[in-house]
Amino acid sequence: MVENTKKPNIKTPVYLDYQATTPVDPRVLDEMLPYFTEKFGNPHSRSHSFGWEAEEAVETARAQVAHVIGADEKEIVFTSGATESNNLALKGVAQFYKDRKDHVVTVVTEHKCVLDTCRHLEQEGFRVTYLPVAKNGLIDLDQLRDAITDRTAIVSVMGVNNEIGVIQPLKEIGAICRQRGTFFHTDCAQAVGKIPLDVEEMNIDLMSISGHKLYGPKGIGALYVRRKPRVRLRAMIDGGGQERGMRSGTLPTPLCVGLGSACAIAEKYMGTDNERIRRLSDRFYDGITATLPEVFLNGDRAQRYPGNLNLSFAYVEGESLLMGIKDLAVSSGSACTSASLEPSYVLRALGVDEELAHTSIRIGFGRFTTEAEIDYAVELIAGQVKKLRAMSPLWEMVQEGIDLKSINWAEH
Amino acid sequence: MTNLRAYLDYNASAPLLPEAASAVLQVLENAGNPSSVHREGIKARRILDHAREVVAKSVGAQGDSVVFTSGGTEANVLALVGAPGARRIVSAVEHPSVLKTAAEVDPHMLTAPVDGTGMLDLDVLAGYLRQAGPSTLVSIQWVNNETGVIQSMAEIVAAVHGAGAILHVDAVQALGKLQISFHESGIDLLTLSAHKVGGPTGVGALIVRPGLSIAPLLTGGLQERGLRAGTENVAGIAGFAAALISPRFGVWAQIGAWRDDLERRVRALPGVQVMGTSAPRVVNTSCIACDGLDGATQVAALDLDGVAISAGAACSSGKVEPSHVLSAMGVAPERARSAIRVSLGWQNTKNDVDRFVDAYGVLVRRLARRLTVNAA
Repeated sequence: MVENTKKPNIKTPVYLDYQATTPVDPRVLDEMLPYFTEKFGNPHSRSHSFGWEAEEAVETARAQVAHVIGADEKEIVFTSGATESNNLALKGVAQFYKDRKDHVVTVVTEHKCVLDTCRHLEQEGFRVTYLPVAKNGLIDLDQLRDAITDRTAIVSVMGVNNEIGVIQPLKEIGAICRQRGTFFHTDCAQAVGKIPLDVEEMNIDLMSISGHKLYGPKGIGALYVRRKPRVRLRAMIDGGGQERGMRSGTLPTPLCVGLGSACAIAEKYMGTDNERIRRLSDRFYDGITATLPEVFLNGDRAQRYPGNLNLSFAYVEGESLLMGIKDLAVSSGSACTSASLEPSYVLRALGVDEELAHTSIRIGFGRFTTEAEIDYAVELIAGQVKKLRAMSPLWEMVQEGIDLKSINWAEH
Repeated sequence: MTNLRAYLDYNASAPLLPEAASAVLQVLENAGNPSSVHREGIKARRILDHAREVVAKSVGAQGDSVVFTSGGTEANVLALVGAPGARRIVSAVEHPSVLKTAAEVDPHMLTAPVDGTGMLDLDVLAGYLRQAGPSTLVSIQWVNNETGVIQSMAEIVAAVHGAGAILHVDAVQALGKLQISFHESGIDLLTLSAHKVGGPTGVGALIVRPGLSIAPLLTGGLQERGLRAGTENVAGIAGFAAALISPRFGVWAQIGAWRDDLERRVRALPGVQVMGTSAPRVVNTSCIACDGLDGATQVAALDLDGVAISAGAACSSGKVEPSHVLSAMGVAPERARSAIRVSLGWQNTKNDVDRFVDAYGVLVRRLARRLTVNAA
C-alpha cells in the first residue's frame, strides 16, 4: 500500500472497470421494478391482460433498442446477452448459408466469444480469415477488401474494442461489405449508447448489443438482424417460436425493459455523457503522464472511446501494480480472461512486446465516475508505479542510460 | 387479502416471491462481473457460488453439476444438442424446445406415445430403445405443463439405463412440486426454470451428472466451466436461489385442497371434463374441457371478468391448432380445442378460485342454454 496517500471522501474501492460491467443506472432500475412485482405476466400469454401488459412493455423496450442504432423495432431480437448474440449471428448466418458460402472474415482483436465461435465454425468446415491490426489497433481496409471472396458469408468486426477502446471504421467496412455482397456483423457490446451508430448509414446487417455494458442489467442483450435486404439465420435456441422463431424462450420482461430504458437514456445523454467522460479521461491521462515517464497508451489516441484507457507502465509488473492499488477496481484486460496470467492477445496483436504487455492495466471510466475518484486514482497509481520502479533494477539501469535490449542475459 | 385480479396461470409464469425480489434488487444495485478479480468481481462471484450451492441442494445435486442458463428453453436445447449420442427419443407431450431440437439433431428421432391418461407407454419406449441402440439421449418431461400429469420417473430411468442410453428430464414443472433427488434418481441431465417457481424470468439451469461430458451451445468464455459462455445473470441467479429457500416455496397443502374443490365444482357443470385425472398429477394444475366451448374465447371472456388462465401453454397460445399434448392423449380435436388450463400458486386465495368457478360456470351454462334452445 502507498502510504501518505490521503483518501478523500470517496467510497472505495473506486470502480474503474466499466468495460467488464457497468453499474445499473438507478433510472433504469426504477423502470424495471414494477415488472418484477405487480406487472409479472408472461409476455407470450396473449390471452389475458397480465400478458398484454408485459408484451406492451417488451415492445416499447424493443423500439427503444432499435432507435438508438437507427433500426426498425422488427429487426431487434432479444437474447440473454452479447455472447449469445455473437454466437447467433455467426453460427446462425454461417449455417443458414452454408450451401453457397463457407468463409468468414474477422479480426484477431475481436472478443473471445467471436474468436471461439469462429474456431467452432472452422471445426465444422468453414474457412476463417483473421485480419491483423496495425499498431494503433485498427484494421487495414485494403486487407479487408482482399480477404472477401464470393464465398464469404459474413464479416465480423467489432465497434469498440473491449480491451483498448479503439473504434473500427464501421462505415467504411459496411460500404465494402455491401459492395462485395457479404453480410456485415459488428459486436457493439462496448459501443451501443456510447458512440453514434446508424445501421443504415453504416450498412450494418447484424449487430450484437449487451445490457450490462450500457448501465442496464446482466442477462439481457439483443441482436439486430436486418430485414431489407433480409438476413436469414438458423436459430440456436428453438422451441416456442418467440422472437419470430429466431430465439425461443420466455422473454424476461423486467430485463427487456431495463435494456430498453438503458438505450433510451444513453441516446438522450450520449453527448453530455461523452463530454464528461472525455474530460475525466484527459484528466486521468494528463495526470499520469505529467508525473510518470515511460507510460504508453495502447491503441489509437484519437479513434477511441474515451471511457477506456489501456496503459503500459514500463518496468512495472502489472500484477504487482494491481496488488498495490487494491482501492481501485481495475483490470489487466478482459474480465473473461482475467483469471489467466497470459499477456493479452489483443496487446500482442498490436505488436506490444510481451514484457510491456505484462505491465498494462485497463482503466474504464463511466457515467458515475467523479473527478475526485480520478484524482485519487492518479495519485494512487503514480505513487505505486514510482515505488515499484524504485525497487526495480531494470528501471535503475534505464535511468543510467543502459539499453536493456543490448544486454545478453546469462542463461540459468 | 383479496387480489384485484385472479391470476391462475402459474404454469406460464409465477409472480416473483418477495424473497426473490429482494435478492434480485440487492444484486442489481451493486456492480461487479463475477469473472473480474477485484473486490466487486469477487463479491459477484461469491453470490454466484452461493446460489449454485442452493440450487444444487434443492434438487439433491452437487454444486458443480449446475450450469446456469437463460431459462428452461435454453437448458433443454443445451441438453438435446450438447449431449453425446446421435439418436434422440422423446415423448409426444414434450415442450416444443425439446421436440424441435431433437428433430434437428436426429432427423430419425423417435417419438414415444402416451396413453389416454397422459402416461408414457413404457413398452413402446423399451422397443424404441432397442431400435435406437445405446448411443441415444432420451428426453422425458417429469410433469406436463398442460395437464400436470407426473411420469413414472424411476421406471423410465431403469428402462433408459438398462438400454445403455442417457436420460434428460425436463423438470421445469416438477421443481417445487415433487421431491427431486438428482443424484439418487440416476437422471443424467435435468432442466430447471426459475420463473415457474417464483424466481425471476431469464434464468434456468441444466443439472449435469458428474462425469457426463456435454458440448456447449454458447461458446466464447470459460463461464459455467466452459459449458455456457457469457457473463452470468447474477441478479437473476441470486433471485432463483432465494425463491428456492423461501418459506413459501413448495407449500401446496392449502392450494391442493382448493384445486380439488375447484375440480369438484366444475365437474358438476353440464358437459365438463377434467383431463388426466386417472394419472398421478401435481396438485396445482387442472386441464378442463367442455365440448362446444372454444378455448381462446373462454380465456378472453374470463379475462374480462378479471380471471387469468390459459388455453394450453403460453408460448403457443394464440395458435388455433389444438394442443399437441391433448392430441397425443387421444382427445378428439373439438374437445382439445375447448380445453383450458388453470394453474394455482403461492399468491392465490380461496376467492380467486371462487371467481374462476363462478365465471366459468356462467360460460358453461350459457352454452347449455344455447344447446337446449337449438335442440328445441
